[in-house]
Amino acid sequence: MKRTTRKALSGYMYVLPWIIGFGVFTAFPFFYSLYLSFFNVNFTVHGIEATFVGWKYYIYAFRTDPAFPLNFWNTLLNIVLSTPLIIIFSLIVAILLNRKLTARTFFRLLYFLPVVIVSGPVVAELVANNAASIVDPRRYFIYRFFQMIPNTISYPFLYMFNNLVLILWFSGVQIIFFLAGLQKISSSIYEAAQIDGANDWIMFWKITLPLIKPFVLVNTIYTIVDLASFANNPVNTSITQHMFDIDKPYSYSAALSWIYFTAIMVILGIAYLLFRERRKNRI
Amino acid sequence: MKNKERRFRISYYKTFKEPATKTIIYVVLIGIGYAYLYPLLYMITSSFMSVEDLVNPTVVWVPSKLTLDNFIRAWKVLEMPKSLWNSVYTSVIPALAQSLITALIAYGLSRFEFPLKRFWIVLMLATFLIPTQVTLVTKYVLFSTLRLTDTIYATFLPAILGQGIRSAIFILLYLNFFNMLPKAFDEAAEIDGANTFQVFYKIMIPLSLPAIVTTFIFSLVWYWNETLLSGLLLGNKIKTLPLELRDFVARYAVMFPTADGSAANRINEGIRMAATMITILPLLITYLFLQRQFVESLERTGITGE
Repeated sequence: MKRTTRKALSGYMYVLPWIIGFGVFTAFPFFYSLYLSFFNVNFTVHGIEATFVGWKYYIYAFRTDPAFPLNFWNTLLNIVLSTPLIIIFSLIVAILLNRKLTARTFFRLLYFLPVVIVSGPVVAELVANNAASIVDPRRYFIYRFFQMIPNTISYPFLYMFNNLVLILWFSGVQIIFFLAGLQKISSSIYEAAQIDGANDWIMFWKITLPLIKPFVLVNTIYTIVDLASFANNPVNTSITQHMFDIDKPYSYSAALSWIYFTAIMVILGIAYLLFRERRKNRI
Repeated sequence: MKNKERRFRISYYKTFKEPATKTIIYVVLIGIGYAYLYPLLYMITSSFMSVEDLVNPTVVWVPSKLTLDNFIRAWKVLEMPKSLWNSVYTSVIPALAQSLITALIAYGLSRFEFPLKRFWIVLMLATFLIPTQVTLVTKYVLFSTLRLTDTIYATFLPAILGQGIRSAIFILLYLNFFNMLPKAFDEAAEIDGANTFQVFYKIMIPLSLPAIVTTFIFSLVWYWNETLLSGLLLGNKIKTLPLELRDFVARYAVMFPTADGSAANRINEGIRMAATMITILPLLITYLFLQRQFVESLERTGITGE
């Protein structure tokens, strides 16, 4: 046996567990749930019996189900609104923390704290007991100002004020990513720019932002997936609720999850198109 | 003339501009820090408050008298320490499995050339994009057919086959780390007659301790806080702390019935906050002890690649 062949076999041996696992625990459930969403499941003595019903459950979700459409659009809206806020916020914090500060370690410790303690039930309890609404924003002029202008414009801003703490709490990993990215930028570029007479503001737009752009894409994808998988969002609760419906076990939940998955993929696709690296062919 | 101007500019920077920028930065950071800590502070203070303090609008931050009743009740309802033990072993076992197997997989991808390698890497990254819910229903069907629901295998098996929570991130992290290690080591070992697995555990493992620590810590935290899958696959038998907290209000009503109309047993904010605090305390303590590893780990492992 040639050495390259032997090497290739060894390589496959190490990757094999993943391939098996992917087949059994990812690919199979993934496609099986797509299959189930078009079928009606009956439990018989012989196990599961499925009869084909076509798009029935997909139509049911939007036409008949009283709660799902609202939950669905709200969840998507929350993801679309929260993601840019989380990205912008974590970039700002990372830039601030990238300087020489006396209490740098302390601040890092603080900002990373939520990553460790955030779980669905914990957030639910904090929100239910008003621990997450930091100050009553209604008392402030700026909030009232946004309430006066038409809803379509002001909604994102009011959303931001109302969910400030939660947005901050979901930025821990992103801050770390950005920090790692910022530390990769060599200081000589900044020195050169300074000699050319650039100030901090210009340096941010002309150096930091272009160089950090790949990290923005990674972070955006991470944030969207993170928010989508969070146990508390209304879509996830409806999926778990409908798991064992007497008349439509499994299938309806599977259909809901595929509707949701498609929507998340669309959002991810848009994010990718916005932040992807364009190959510049100019010389 | 020129010199004078320059000296003036330097002194202007030293006296006005730098301290001002620093002050602004500190104010912003502390402000954000307050927003971060607010829910925690609120939780701590209200969990020590008695019923009288909770309903009294003049008591805001400092309780008039400290009470431990909330904690005693929450402790009972949360079924501590059983649920704590459940949480510990249902997160440590998959985390260990995940740390080990993702290292092996990444080693295979980093050090060997084989057909379809790029395809597997792309596929692996694609798995990260699949939200938990899509495979939630069928995972349940799969494990209940295998009669593995409510056993640790339901989370351990996917983890040991590289399909644990966010495995793709960990494989990528190891992959970047291994790619940074020089290949000369492996070659030298190979000439000395080591087989590939010996190279892995005698050379790669000792050199990649930071990556292992990072993977283990993150994996542990994510498994600990995961409630969507574990609620379905382990939820009936193995109740972890977050799952106990999820059902806290309902369970409390069962354990402390208010049928006799007395207000003494009614659930209140203080009790719920005490329960939340008990839930997050184990990880919080761990975090404070291992904070260096947590915060610096990602940078040391060079997760960000080239």
